[in-house]
Amino acid sequence: MPETQSAGQACGCSPANDPPAENQRARQGGSCCPTAAAGDEGQLNDACCPTNPGADHADRGEETCCGPAADRCCQPDEAARRRGWERPGHRLWHFVSDLLPTTVGDVPQVRTELAAADHAGRLLMRWGIGRDRYRIAPGLYAIGRPDAHSEVLVSANYKLSFDMLRRELAGRNLWLLVLETYGVNVWCAAGKGTFGTEEIISRVRTVGLEQVVKHRRLIVPQLGAPGVAAHEVKRDCGFRVIYGPVRATDLPGFLDNDFQASAEMRRVRFSTFDRLVLTPVELTGLGKSTLYALLAVLLLGGIGPSIFSFDGLLHRGGGALLVFLAGLFSGAVVTPLLLPWLPWRAFAAKGALVGAVTALLMLLVWGPALGGANGLALLLAVPAVSSWYAMNFTGSSTYTSPSGVEKEMRRAIPFQAAALLIAAGCWLWAAF
Amino acid sequence: MREHAYLNDTVSLELAEEKCTGCGLCTLVCPHAVLRVEDGKARIDARERCMECGACAKNCAFDALKVEAGVGCASAIIYGWLTGKEASCDCGGGC
Repeated sequence: MPETQSAGQACGCSPANDPPAENQRARQGGSCCPTAAAGDEGQLNDACCPTNPGADHADRGEETCCGPAADRCCQPDEAARRRGWERPGHRLWHFVSDLLPTTVGDVPQVRTELAAADHAGRLLMRWGIGRDRYRIAPGLYAIGRPDAHSEVLVSANYKLSFDMLRRELAGRNLWLLVLETYGVNVWCAAGKGTFGTEEIISRVRTVGLEQVVKHRRLIVPQLGAPGVAAHEVKRDCGFRVIYGPVRATDLPGFLDNDFQASAEMRRVRFSTFDRLVLTPVELTGLGKSTLYALLAVLLLGGIGPSIFSFDGLLHRGGGALLVFLAGLFSGAVVTPLLLPWLPWRAFAAKGALVGAVTALLMLLVWGPALGGANGLALLLAVPAVSSWYAMNFTGSSTYTSPSGVEKEMRRAIPFQAAALLIAAGCWLWAAF
Repeated sequence: MREHAYLNDTVSLELAEEKCTGCGLCTLVCPHAVLRVEDGKARIDARERCMECGACAKNCAFDALKVEAGVGCASAIIYGWLTGKEASCDCGGGC
């Protein structure tokens, strides 16, 4: 774009195609104030206007930071400095506090404090909202001002994971090598293999890590181990993998203690709080098919002696919906919370038990009004639905083995299906 | 805190002791302290805690550990049954 460029030069604004020099300028004096003598017009303007938009203003004949308005520009201005990092088509994350020039190009330095936007994002993730888009670009990031001897921490590009990591690293100088895990956390991505040997090796090569650091060590989170073969990483790219602790909160201790993690730091737990924060996603994660099925149940409720009645839809369909919600709540919220205290090991059994208790409580309240057939339907349906959703919580748990889950599913699904079918039969029969 | 326990008689973890050099990397990567090194050899200490994540086998440079690794997730297994592919969780949030 020669035109833009010449416009930029006319104004003395440098086009943003020389990033390292620009950053140096941006850092000088903390703003766009030049150190050069004011008499040197060209140099002044050049230093004064690191931003691209300057060129646009010049096109329209406006004078912003170039020329007479330069005084305003020469205040230490964080916003102007950040504008200097703009690139067409890119948006800068709020957590980037600086751009560090390195032998492999600019590396974003990230803040270790979380902002309101990060907390809000975490809350949305807990409800599964916008989950598929919560990722950052893979590549190299910096904490503080790392150098050739600083350690390299490897992480996933799920922004929630990235946030949990950086907030533990205040006051340190480290490199963060963020892998492309498609916005999935370390452990799940390792299970799928996206957080894995090949991605580490290719990411090390893409960012040119061997030019950035003199040592050959990578600190990989322990939960990345299902996808990473340490000996293959060493063999193929020369970097030795050191497995860090499970939780980011234990990283400071690990880094200060010669990379020694205590036995407890290496254990995965599943506390009541851990389980609690996972339950909202269980509820919001219900698929479209579930909603269609519920709609069908609601419509079925209207069927009766008068072929179809809106009253029936409201009372019988609404009642069936309530039964589903009771089962869902028992299986996806109560069972996860009571998990270690419920008898039996199979999640489906635990869920059925909680569902049965819920059903009995419901019968105590509404039993007399429901009658025999409807009551039996409730007594069968709530535990069946609860058992199903409890079984699905295995996916959120941190200790279930695939072979065990498959075994419990083969046993439980026939019972769940039979209970639901009989319940549906009783419920439909009760209408006539 | 109460420890969680899961169905344990199906766990596929196997250790070939003659290949083990006792390097101990498996004990570092295991999230449930299933393995322990004793007298220069790894031992399966608590099979019932194994969740078949595959970290130990993946990181054994001597091919001494074997496990049918996978995701212990019901919806992933249903996906596997329905599509005939390998069980894989494409659930966005929880896992």
